Amino acid sequence: MWKAAIKVMLKKSVLDPQGQAVQKALHALGYQNVPDVRIGKYLEVTVDLADREGAAAQVREMCERLLANMVIEDYTFELTEA
Amino acid sequence: MKFGVVVFPGSNCDLDAYHVIRDVLKKPVEYLWHQETSVRGFDCLILPGGFSYGDYLRCGAIARFSPVMNAVVEMASRGGLVLGICNGFQILLEAGLLPGALYRNTSLQFRCRFTHLVTDNGATPFTGLCEPGRTLKIPIAHGEGNYYVDPETLSVMRQRGQIVFRYATPDGQITPEANPNGSLDNIAGVCNEGKNVLGLMPHPERAGEAALGSTDGLVIFKSIIRHWEDS
Repeated sequence: MWKAAIKVMLKKSVLDPQGQAVQKALHALGYQNVPDVRIGKYLEVTVDLADREGAAAQVREMCERLLANMVIEDYTFELTEA
Repeated sequence: MKFGVVVFPGSNCDLDAYHVIRDVLKKPVEYLWHQETSVRGFDCLILPGGFSYGDYLRCGAIARFSPVMNAVVEMASRGGLVLGICNGFQILLEAGLLPGALYRNTSLQFRCRFTHLVTDNGATPFTGLCEPGRTLKIPIAHGEGNYYVDPETLSVMRQRGQIVFRYATPDGQITPEANPNGSLDNIAGVCNEGKNVLGLMPHPERAGEAALGSTDGLVIFKSIIRHWEDS
């Protein structure tokens, strides 16, 4: 059994309006030294498979088919034994 | 000519689409539940607006795996007419039937108001009756209508005439102020290479009677009917 900690972020080339709004709010609070904020999604997905390679391959497939929209998003993940 | 309105859990513009086809245009129309596996007998499918599957994960991301979508993809691949409105547009993008993606409006606000559209390609089954130089007044209602596509694909789409509608001022000027959501190039609607699949964020079904403030949406539906009758 493996737990995948998946991060899905907008690609760098895609404007992040939420991140910009939060950055402005941080500036309004006095944190002027914040040049960039990006907001993404965090998912924890448990996969019932014994081998690590198989679990990683399945997580990649699930990310590309459903969890991320590859037109505008990138994903990264880490596996830990669950 | 028979229309089908596909109903997903969370669709909420299905009744409006059904109403405009049956009561205003007087054409046969039926609802199609998302669990259907056949779309046989339908000449044009409408994927309506709404919040299919609560917009969970991403708008349209889960609806695209509904059983009916296999039949929709199959119909589109053999040239059948498919029209996606708002959430229906999002579903067609997620299904890969149209290029690009829609995400959060740059204003972060849900925008519900009339827009004016110029028709970039009047030679599709959906736009044959759009008069050059005349804008269409059609409302939007969305929080995630910000169209994005990579520059290479955009340039190919332009060459092929796949940019169909763009947000403009009432007199047809493409300006940043006329862009309600931050869409690349003011894009409001695009079609596939075969021109038989159209997706747009504005709601033509909400602009079908004078009491609603505009009848310009009928131009799109009447174009579809004329195209079908001529072919």
